[in-house]
Amino acid sequence: MKAFAALLDRLVYSPGRNTKLQLMQEYFRTTPDPDRGWALAALTDGLPFSFPVRRTIVELMDKRLDAELFRLSRDYVGDTAETVALLWPDTEAQGDPPRLSEVVSRLGLIDAQELGDVIASWLDRLDATGRWALLKLLTGALRVGVSARLAKTAVAGMAGHSVDDVEEVWHALSPPYQPLFDWLEGHAERPDIAGAPVFRPLMLAHALEDSELADLDIGEFSVEWKWDGIRVQIVAGRGEVRLYSRTGDEIGASFPELISMFRFDAVIDGELLVLRDGKVAPFNDLQQRLNRKSVTRAMLERYPAHVRLYDALLIDGEDLRPLPFIERRRRLERWHAEVRPPRTDVSELIAVADKEELHRIWRETRGAGIEGLMLKRRASPYLAGRPRGHWYKWKRAPITLDCVLMYAQRGSGRRSSYYSDYTFGAWKELPDGSLELVPVGKAYSGYTDAELIVLDRWIRNNTVERFGPVRAVRPALVLEVAFDAVQRSTRHRSGVAMRFPRIHRIRWDKPAEEAERLDTLVGLIEG
Amino acid sequence: MIAFEDWLQLTEAGLYCAPGGFHIDPSRPVDRAVITHGHSDHARGGHGAVLATPETVKVMQARLGKDSAGRFQPQPLNDPLRHGDVTIRLHPAGHILGSAQIELTYRGQRAVVSGDYKRTPDPTCALFELVPCDLFVTEATFGLPVFRHEPDWREIGRLLASVQAFPERTHLIGCYGLGKCQRLLALLRRAGYDRPIYLHGALKSMTDLYIACGQSFGELVLVSEAGRGLAGEIVLCPPSALKDRWSRRLADPVTAFASGWMRVRGRARQRGVELPLVISDHADWPQLIETIAETGAEEVWVTHGREEALVYQLGRMGKRARALALLGREDEEAED
Repeated sequence: MKAFAALLDRLVYSPGRNTKLQLMQEYFRTTPDPDRGWALAALTDGLPFSFPVRRTIVELMDKRLDAELFRLSRDYVGDTAETVALLWPDTEAQGDPPRLSEVVSRLGLIDAQELGDVIASWLDRLDATGRWALLKLLTGALRVGVSARLAKTAVAGMAGHSVDDVEEVWHALSPPYQPLFDWLEGHAERPDIAGAPVFRPLMLAHALEDSELADLDIGEFSVEWKWDGIRVQIVAGRGEVRLYSRTGDEIGASFPELISMFRFDAVIDGELLVLRDGKVAPFNDLQQRLNRKSVTRAMLERYPAHVRLYDALLIDGEDLRPLPFIERRRRLERWHAEVRPPRTDVSELIAVADKEELHRIWRETRGAGIEGLMLKRRASPYLAGRPRGHWYKWKRAPITLDCVLMYAQRGSGRRSSYYSDYTFGAWKELPDGSLELVPVGKAYSGYTDAELIVLDRWIRNNTVERFGPVRAVRPALVLEVAFDAVQRSTRHRSGVAMRFPRIHRIRWDKPAEEAERLDTLVGLIEG
Repeated sequence: MIAFEDWLQLTEAGLYCAPGGFHIDPSRPVDRAVITHGHSDHARGGHGAVLATPETVKVMQARLGKDSAGRFQPQPLNDPLRHGDVTIRLHPAGHILGSAQIELTYRGQRAVVSGDYKRTPDPTCALFELVPCDLFVTEATFGLPVFRHEPDWREIGRLLASVQAFPERTHLIGCYGLGKCQRLLALLRRAGYDRPIYLHGALKSMTDLYIACGQSFGELVLVSEAGRGLAGEIVLCPPSALKDRWSRRLADPVTAFASGWMRVRGRARQRGVELPLVISDHADWPQLIETIAETGAEEVWVTHGREEALVYQLGRMGKRARALALLGREDEEAED
């Protein structure tokens, strides 16, 4: 518990990805089984319990400290669990700190009446950081800024494996992951996953650079539309069906109309969409369906889900991943025609004669309301991760508009001394004819390192007000912002929000009054 | 029996000893001032005459100028000085170099104005000396039971473990220039750290003064003379430089901050540092309570800090306690 607490304590304060990886790797390398396995569980899928301990710990504290002193302390600290962790009397002398595995196995069998006494006996044996970590663990949610994937990346790195090697076996394992560590440390074979309904790591596409396009032999590629939904993997077999997101999270519960219909033995790759009368609805509609624990009949009718299939990893137990794309595609089509799973279709292949035609089709995507094109090398096997040279996404050309810099915020990690996050606005015409600047988006990419330095200096010299890490600046600098689309938004005062905005160019030459009007953005709203 | 208020009063400048005709740590220029220690919220310029320990006089002259008071009178510790009907005697407060508690005796009553203090041993200053008294005037910077400072060697151990774990990065520690900086230097040396320690230029003058007063800190190098990078090294800087453009010259620094406030996560996050170190030059809650109890004082005045909880707790202990809410005291630990 001590090492685990020290790890969590460092993780919450560390913004850098590499730092987090180093910290976790050091922990996994030096911590024995099964403690490290439970730690891995806590950092990824969570532990198989969650106790609402707030009341319990307040009652425990009441026996140990005057209520008024507790109240004053709680007001200052702001968080009940942390307050208790800090206030608990230091009685480390009462025995060694409990091991993480001891805590987890005891909690697995505990009944509600003994919970308080057990927690108290552990708190007695821990220091302030240990007590804080324990109380965090009890609630089931660590919230230390580590994604499940990052934790898996850390364990994979222990033995020079990639995160996808771990993902491949992950869903066949359960805490405390002894077979995983045995394999990574070379004491055992790779865990066997045959037949289990587990997530297989995805093959991802690179964004196509203009320079790369020139060198591509278009005859070697298949072309598809780039659909604006979310990537999913359907895993079905032995009467079980799972729907995994790109990151391997199971999202089937939000889509009962799909899960209940799929009766086959296959692992299929596709795009989850809301489809109405054969037409793909805007991404916003799909968002209404995501992250919902329960789904109402009205939701099902209003936002009907659909999966557009584009690849097959396994069919009837046969692993197709070593086959070339074009062959997998053929098998997918044949299988789909036979099985006819409802609420699915196969993504169309676009016939393209030459590069000129490809360009023409790409230019027309925006007008057709399509996000762009996918280029897949016909000969490529299905490779986990984001291998170079196989799959490309070619997004439609962004829209660019001139906006005015309004606020700048300090970045984090490497950029913590720079003002690198920019909120910009457009001019709104008021009833009396005057103009007011309203925020329309926020971007923290697109500029070069050299431009960042100049922007940072300009912001420091043109600050009119400061709010913590944020500076309001004189409305005088025009930024040409590139973005994919404009959506309606209830969260922004302007009523609009940009999708994927980035700084395209700094318009030092342009007077702020000549920047864009809000009306222009409203006119770009899709769907 | 007279009341303490008859001879120790609160004026606009702060605490005033009427029969002696002097203020203690006044917040504005006065004719005569007795100063507990050299931090800027206690030691200000412009007084007619200043009485303080020889070290505090040196600190004031170095920071505020040789002529920052009409006259400086260095007064050694534990040497009683009669001033009118009042006897003044200075005792070590354990806060920073030269810090003193001021014992005042008047008509059989004894009051101790402790300034800022801590009980934890500190290699850079004399250990706090307990003075039994009738009235104890205390700070309450960390006057909440959540504040229990970790043992300083443990925090230094965490720092050194991090230096070892991230040899490709600089460890940049924000610390106040008078007291905390020199204590960190001494603690690092005691922990066996023998590499050069790098300093931001703003920390040099006070460190030199400590050295002139007999401290030794091993090899110190100014960052401005060391060039860029400094991967694997420890660099000390004032808190304001942590996020300043100055820090860009260092190798992907792990930022640390050494302060008692780092015990509370919200405060540590506000600072935005990666490695909060709970090292404080103030008494924590248990030290405040214990010290007040040991002085035997029946009456306690609380000058500044989180006085509400402390006054409440003293009430529970049967003491007469009162918050003075002195103006001009910093909420932060003695900021430069």
